Amino acid sequence: MLVIKALSSFGKYLELMKKTFSRPERMRMFFKQYIKEMNQLGVDSIGIVLLISFFIGAVICIQIKLNIQSSWMPRFVTGYTTREIMLLEFSSAIMCLILAGKVGSNIASEIGTMRVTQQIDALEIMGINSANFLILPKIIGMITMIPILVSFSIFAGFIGAYATSVIANVITLEDLTLGLQYDFKEWYVWMGYIKSIFFAFIISSVSAFFGYTVEGGSVEVGKASTNAVVSSSVLILFADIFLTQLLS
Amino acid sequence: MIEIQNLYKSFDDKDVLKDINATFENGKTNLIIGQSGSGKTVLMKCIVGLLQPTTGNILYDGRNYAAMGKKEKMLIRREMGMIFQSAALFDSMSVLENVMFPLDMFSDAPLEDRVKRARFCLDRVNLLDAQKKFPGEISGGMQKRVAIARAIALNPKYLFCDEPNSGLDPKTSLVIDDLIHDITQEYNMTTIINTHDMNSVMGIGEKIIYIYEGCKEWEGDKSQIMGATNEKLNNFIFASDLFRKVKEAYMSTHQTSTPKK
Repeated sequence: MLVIKALSSFGKYLELMKKTFSRPERMRMFFKQYIKEMNQLGVDSIGIVLLISFFIGAVICIQIKLNIQSSWMPRFVTGYTTREIMLLEFSSAIMCLILAGKVGSNIASEIGTMRVTQQIDALEIMGINSANFLILPKIIGMITMIPILVSFSIFAGFIGAYATSVIANVITLEDLTLGLQYDFKEWYVWMGYIKSIFFAFIISSVSAFFGYTVEGGSVEVGKASTNAVVSSSVLILFADIFLTQLLS
Repeated sequence: MIEIQNLYKSFDDKDVLKDINATFENGKTNLIIGQSGSGKTVLMKCIVGLLQPTTGNILYDGRNYAAMGKKEKMLIRREMGMIFQSAALFDSMSVLENVMFPLDMFSDAPLEDRVKRARFCLDRVNLLDAQKKFPGEISGGMQKRVAIARAIALNPKYLFCDEPNSGLDPKTSLVIDDLIHDITQEYNMTTIINTHDMNSVMGIGEKIIYIYEGCKEWEGDKSQIMGATNEKLNNFIFASDLFRKVKEAYMSTHQTSTPKK
């Protein structure tokens, strides 16, 4: 029964995506929405991305120094490990899990409220493809902004690591810098960007699906918002395994 | 003109609409009345294309909606304006932007002309002063007037109103009714209003159909409703003390009524 329900939902999701990915009726309206969504979903998330990444960068640095670093390990290991964690997992996968909570609930509740207050019906009556008008700018906007957010996250994580060195003297600046630069592989940055683009698609499209298919009132909008966050997060985790295996 | 022919609508095994036949003429305010749950909202949704009828046809000036392709359906929808029960204004847009929205989507006119047209529509509903406000900052009655302005922005041929007076005080309801009636005549539109507001029925009911448990039970106009002999209609219309007294007074002065079934 659960499998049938899941397959039915997946079918509806594919139908919605088919409706979403069509040529916008008015390019000028599409670009207006696109800019608005980039601002709402991307620019408005920069603050939380910087804050969380800064502290996680600092905490990783302290933990590695306290628990891994020892006299028989090279002195760059703390900086090196901090960099690899930030590049490979935190700034792409974990940051997208956090964004699934912030952006996913925002998308699901916004579209869900539009559904229950008949705003989507109003678009349909006007002869507008509501899925294309509402969802496509969100997906494209999120995909556009995610590499920028990943870059900010990596940058803020490194600043956090440096803060532990400068403020708390956990590690010397030289050792940290050596570690951050040691055996740097550019591909790892690209891998983070590629993974994050897939995750951005999952967050925006899955959340939009839950919002768009709401039936009922405010309670259902709340449930849709929760389901959007849970489903996006689970799908990101599964996708992370496949993408990591594929890209490594 | 909108014609409904042998319309049936079922959800699972439940028949919600049964063999509805009606003609709604242009330049007239056509009312669909009935108790809550009688099927009038489903009928309205079938007419505007939000729901697919199980069987039957809906003809817009002779054009059969069911026989149309996806593109034709989209095009005919651009000839429609709709006022929803909740007004359904876009929260993120100002009043002016809401009215400009259909123009931005479908008009090739330059921005200046679009703004001018939107301001004209707002002026028509006496809301030009509120153009910079957001839907959350204006009253329910004003929201309905903005919805009317948005609905007429593209000069629609067909105007649909789903309980336009819902949640409004009697005085504001009269303003909305008069506005819809005047606009209908001004633009020679085919207007269909879903309502259970008896003031609307008596005020602007140029053509009325009464839906009871999914069937069309009575058809007429506001002058015929007082003398109607249909029991179900009378139980609905004259449910309140006030209207019963009005009917008694009417019957005592009009000994010969003109019932129509």
